[in-house]
Amino acid sequence: MLTQLGDLWESVRVALDGLLANKMRSALTMLGVIIGVAAVIALMSIGAGVQAEITEQISSLGTNILIVIPSSSGRVGNGGGGGAGSITMDDLDALSDPANVPDASLVVPEYSVSGQIIYGDNNFSVSAVGTTAEYQALYELGVASGEFFTAQDGGDKVAVLGSNVAADLFGDFDPVGLKIKFNSATSGQTTSLKIVGVLEEEGGSMFASTDDSIFVPLDTAQTRLANARNTLGALTLNRISVVATSEETVAPVNDQIEGVLRADHDLDLTDDDDFSVINQAEMLDTVTAVTDTLTVFLGAIAGISLLVGGIGIMNIMLVSVTERTREIGLRKAIGAQRSDILFQFLMEAIILSLLGGFIGILVGVGMGQLVNLTGMVTSVVTLSSIALAVGFSVAIGLFFGIYPANQAAKLSPIEALRYE
Amino acid sequence: MSLIEIRDLTKVYQMGEVEVHALNGVSLDIDQGEWVAIMGPSGSGKSTMMHIIGCLDIPTSGSYILDGVDVSQMVESQLAAVRNHKIGFVFQAYNLLARTSAIKQVMLPMQYSRDGSRVPRAERRERAEEALEVVGMADRINHRPSELSGGERQRVAIARALVTNPSILMADEPTGNLDSKSGIEVMEVFHRLHEGRGITVVMVTHDEAISADAERVIRLFDGRIERVDRNGLRSEVESQKSKVGIPAQLMSDVGVVTPDKGSERC
Repeated sequence: MLTQLGDLWESVRVALDGLLANKMRSALTMLGVIIGVAAVIALMSIGAGVQAEITEQISSLGTNILIVIPSSSGRVGNGGGGGAGSITMDDLDALSDPANVPDASLVVPEYSVSGQIIYGDNNFSVSAVGTTAEYQALYELGVASGEFFTAQDGGDKVAVLGSNVAADLFGDFDPVGLKIKFNSATSGQTTSLKIVGVLEEEGGSMFASTDDSIFVPLDTAQTRLANARNTLGALTLNRISVVATSEETVAPVNDQIEGVLRADHDLDLTDDDDFSVINQAEMLDTVTAVTDTLTVFLGAIAGISLLVGGIGIMNIMLVSVTERTREIGLRKAIGAQRSDILFQFLMEAIILSLLGGFIGILVGVGMGQLVNLTGMVTSVVTLSSIALAVGFSVAIGLFFGIYPANQAAKLSPIEALRYE
Repeated sequence: MSLIEIRDLTKVYQMGEVEVHALNGVSLDIDQGEWVAIMGPSGSGKSTMMHIIGCLDIPTSGSYILDGVDVSQMVESQLAAVRNHKIGFVFQAYNLLARTSAIKQVMLPMQYSRDGSRVPRAERRERAEEALEVVGMADRINHRPSELSGGERQRVAIARALVTNPSILMADEPTGNLDSKSGIEVMEVFHRLHEGRGITVVMVTHDEAISADAERVIRLFDGRIERVDRNGLRSEVESQKSKVGIPAQLMSDVGVVTPDKGSERC
């Protein structure tokens, strides 16, 4: 064992001697691998960073919320040409009944209308979310000024502003008590709304941001800001959020919701759902699948440059074998076995790729840090991307080194010594 | 028993359609401690002869027994092992590794020794230094080939050939690339090794002056031994030596055993 280790060390030294004898060439050869590995590491860590960010945003939604939205694959007729109107107030009533969904602790409806908000000369586009007072509890919204509307506000023309909306329209001025106008994009009507509260800043999210929305009572949104009736004359909803009593009851609640809605919509066994129930776990799965694919795709593109780097190694090793034919002849004349020569050249290729790999990791991590400085994405260097890069670069060294090394090993000493 | 016993050696090369008979039945014995020169015009088969004696190649037919072992039918890996510990090569073009110090050049053969003849790391340097001292290069062990003269390079190459204590020192035109003064110095090293240490020397050359140093000259022609000249004892060839221009003062040093004196002179 000790002598084998000694042998290994011996060949590492021989290979290092060979590489150091041609420093410039060795460095340039390594450059290909360095760029390849750095690209793999950098792109994969950016991919992992994006994934971590999205995952965190989804997690911040709360782990036991289920969201019911209309789905376009539903039966035509009920929703009036597609699924947009398939969720109605009847569904809300059915889901709100503890007898139907016993494991739900909270059911919150939403009906959103997009439009222009106008105050004085200022106006810009916002989404007006019609909902109930429970919305505040559901998303744990803090109130900076005034208060969130209550159940008593019914169809009143009142509004609560997200922090950005308030800041953009009024700056630091407290607007509670003032009136703004909302020009609905769907009905074209302009409605005057009294500001009753301003929310605290919630921070960004990949979904519609609370900060950029205004909130009105559900009735107000459905009847005053827009006409939410579908072809059958029922008031519709964009979404219903259902909070399960615990993480464990998310799955049963999911089943209960589907059962209730299918019965409510008179769907046959063969019909597809005309609604979708999304829970956080499912969303995470979907998003993770997408970002995983993205990361692999980025990695594969970077892998191509690693491959090119490997071909560079093979090229240089072939040149090196030709150039050192006499050396190989001499080594054989003084007793080097085929395996000695094979190992020497293979070792050179592996050292080139491994060393290039390590430098590449440093460069890649550095590039990730640079990306972090831009503030766009937070890159996350994963152990797996480093392992992949190192493994891949050793494999590249082996794969592209074996041919030149074999060419060297099978040279006849007589021919090699005669080589000019 | 002779160190080298060669019987009816033939070597046939296939050059495309044509068969080239490089050796046509050569028989030859070389004793332990002998100095033999192999001469002949190009195409006479002397290179082939050297390749076979040096275990770089095997004969097509015939037997070659080196140190009691039949090497004529050995496979590549066995030949490499034999070369490693029984043969020391000195080439016309030195064949030193570029950008490598003298000491590392000389340590190289020990790196390839296997199992039984493995030299412990610590001992390798010691032995390499010793070999360099023998050839008078003790003060140049860290010099690279580019920092050495031709004669010095060849002496490093001799040290490299010597370091494994081989049975035969094979030299192929060892002075072919050297000016006459360096050539003489290199030949002196061979004399010292031959006479002082009793090393068997087989030298391939077409230079009569060089072959004159040998005790026996094998003349090859068309793949056969044409003639064998015996130069007899050294004292009897003294006059021949002065003809080829070795100064008398240098001649007196020939055969000096002590390495100290050797390194002084170099």
